Amino acid sequence: MFDTALNANDLIFLAKGAGMTLVVTAISVFFGTVLGIVFGVFRYQVGPWWAAPLTFVLDVFRSIPLLIQLVLANAFVTTVLGIRISGFTVACGVLSLYTAAYCAEIVRGGIESVPLTLRRAARSLGLSWRQDMTNIVMPLATRVALPSWIGLALGVMKDSALVYIVQVVELLKSTQILITRLQEPLFLLMVCGAFYFLISFPIARFGGYLEKRWSHD
Amino acid sequence: MIEIQNVRKSFGSLEVLKGIDLTVAKGEVLTIIGGSGSGKSTLLTCINGLEPIDSGKILVDGTEVHAKATDLNKLRQKIGIVFQQWNAFPHLTVLENVMLAPRKVLGIPKARAEEIAVKQLTHVGLADKLGVYPTRMSGGQQQRMAIARALAMSPDYMLFDEVTSALDPQLVGEVLDTLRMLASEGMTMICVTHEMKFAREVSDRVAFFHKGVMAEIAPPAELFGAPKDPELQKFLAATH
Repeated sequence: MFDTALNANDLIFLAKGAGMTLVVTAISVFFGTVLGIVFGVFRYQVGPWWAAPLTFVLDVFRSIPLLIQLVLANAFVTTVLGIRISGFTVACGVLSLYTAAYCAEIVRGGIESVPLTLRRAARSLGLSWRQDMTNIVMPLATRVALPSWIGLALGVMKDSALVYIVQVVELLKSTQILITRLQEPLFLLMVCGAFYFLISFPIARFGGYLEKRWSHD
Repeated sequence: MIEIQNVRKSFGSLEVLKGIDLTVAKGEVLTIIGGSGSGKSTLLTCINGLEPIDSGKILVDGTEVHAKATDLNKLRQKIGIVFQQWNAFPHLTVLENVMLAPRKVLGIPKARAEEIAVKQLTHVGLADKLGVYPTRMSGGQQQRMAIARALAMSPDYMLFDEVTSALDPQLVGEVLDTLRMLASEGMTMICVTHEMKFAREVSDRVAFFHKGVMAEIAPPAELFGAPKDPELQKFLAATH
């Protein structure tokens, strides 16, 4: 016989789902950002012509719905390549590239926002390209790019709900499992939403804090 | 010594430098005057290798600036340049702006770099602005900070590219005073300027550029007192 009341174990089950959402998001945002910086700097540095192939690939990742990417990537890796890897790995891989595709644009926009005259001044003081990049461009570009990057991170967290398609049980999937048993969709979705909010809110606030701290200039 | 030998440079089909020959000795103050588009600012950015040249040679203490083997980052350590736009790094305080290059480029320890920066900032009259962010200062103060920033690298040469052109008239004086001070201390300087009175006062020689050609060069008394070039005569009549 089914037990149809929400109990402590169910909440732990949801919290585990939330933990999975957090882990997938953290891994994807981390690798996506690192890759995004590499791609963004590369695109800025070599110009639109030489970056065209990369731009095309990134555009593909940005234009195809994530759900389709997950299904196709999973099928490609497991069936075509015959590699046995977990749905979790596929999810993190696809979501990282998806994040990188957006992040590259944010990075490029940030770099472009740094006035060329400022960079000329830095170089004229004897700073090398790399020193100019790390001491002048990066701090200034980060200030410009941060709000978009926070938005991206929060977006990726919510989009990570789609990884259930490759058998990863994250927050939304956990909720659906409970809904099937408890038949209380509205209440459970509210709890689920509250979990999402609990994860997002600190990230958004942290962004707001950084913006405020940097606002002196 | 800076030796400029038959330097030519074009931007697209526009030839901005049409074979410039010029030598600036150690300790000399040279000012360059001329209308806009005469190529004078371009010449400055060529001297420290920020702009490539099409032909000719620029030698700084015997090192060819545009030779492939030249380490420009190293060469630029002895050529300071200050631009029309003061280009303060907005995320760094005044002190950090000045300390940056000595620390990163020369590898000077923090405490010593700070000493150097404080000394240079005091020199240009900004000792009370060390912890301030540059955007909180006037244009004249920011420009003096830019001068201190360049001086902190202990350059042998200083290039000034219309450093007062973007300033409000009441702020021009404080920056020119700073330049006068440097000139009196024996700094080798090339100043591109529109300030005729300043040019007349501080220069050892004044060069007049017109349409990419150095039309006349002479000590200030001679150049302003008895200009030979007809274009220079016109230019001086218009600016007086």
